[in-house]
Amino acid sequence: MNGKKLLLTGLKDGIPIALAYFAVAFALGIAAGKAGFSAIQAVILSITNNASAGEYAAISMVASSAGYVETALMILVANARYFLMSCTISQKFSKSTPFYHRLLIGFALTDEIFAINVARKSDLQPAYAYGAVSVAIPGWALGTGLGVVMGNILPAFAVSALSTALFGMFIAIIVPPAVKNKTMAVLVILSFILSTLADRLTLLKNIPSGTKTIILTVVIALGAAIIRPIPTDDDCE
Amino acid sequence: MRNIWIYILISAAVTYLIRVTPLILIRREIKNRTVRSFLYYVPTVTLAVMTVPAIIDTTASPVSGLAALLVGIVLAAMGKSMFTVAVVCPVVVLILEYFLI
Repeated sequence: MNGKKLLLTGLKDGIPIALAYFAVAFALGIAAGKAGFSAIQAVILSITNNASAGEYAAISMVASSAGYVETALMILVANARYFLMSCTISQKFSKSTPFYHRLLIGFALTDEIFAINVARKSDLQPAYAYGAVSVAIPGWALGTGLGVVMGNILPAFAVSALSTALFGMFIAIIVPPAVKNKTMAVLVILSFILSTLADRLTLLKNIPSGTKTIILTVVIALGAAIIRPIPTDDDCE
Repeated sequence: MRNIWIYILISAAVTYLIRVTPLILIRREIKNRTVRSFLYYVPTVTLAVMTVPAIIDTTASPVSGLAALLVGIVLAAMGKSMFTVAVVCPVVVLILEYFLI
């Protein structure tokens, strides 16, 4: 396939992603507005981050006036999965692909952009990735900006209802692996219970919520990695 | 009140570094089993921690938030798309709060 055709295929595959992003970004924008972001700030947050959980984390940090170091740590935890995805994608680059493509594609490697590129049998085709990204990012950014604007207009009950769209997306990401893998299912339930306990126990009231998220994630994921390590490729051979 | 632009800058910089570092440095697969397992579990665990109890606290009534959580879990377990789950959760909340309040 030539470059132009790849770009068009990417554009086409990016359309459903952009639609889903728009709905979720709208909820994210409502949360951003509540935390004090202007529409412009929310759009720029989305264009520069391209990360739902990461942006939600950033917004919660602003809402709780958290420290900058704590914010950086929180973003690191919320977006740690992208590290793994980039490791995977790095294996898909052919040796003939110029290096600068790694720097550009790395900027917009969301869960969905990752998924459609990994699903293709060929080596990673930068033109295809750029096609998809060029539709998905505007959908994401416009949704966030509109969410801020509408969040200020809509009645409170509608705003709180729409806010759950973001959590709906998180649920759609965490449940499928839990259905397939028993350890993952136990971890999800354990995370729900420990997170609720950490939030409700008066003993822990003074710890900022972002810090609680970081500690819980590291403790639960590290514990699981030690007790139930995933099978390695060596084990499969 | 801290400066929102600085938060945006920090999160953009950290996010980009997370994504681009493996693309720049890693030419081979990570072999360490514990590190691989940790990275494998982190996304699900952190999203689970961020979802509960926040979804219950964000709605006007905790009952509607809990209902949205349960309906979302069932739909996602049935393999419904991210878009469907993201749209149905607020609808469940709106319907319940219309009848409850």
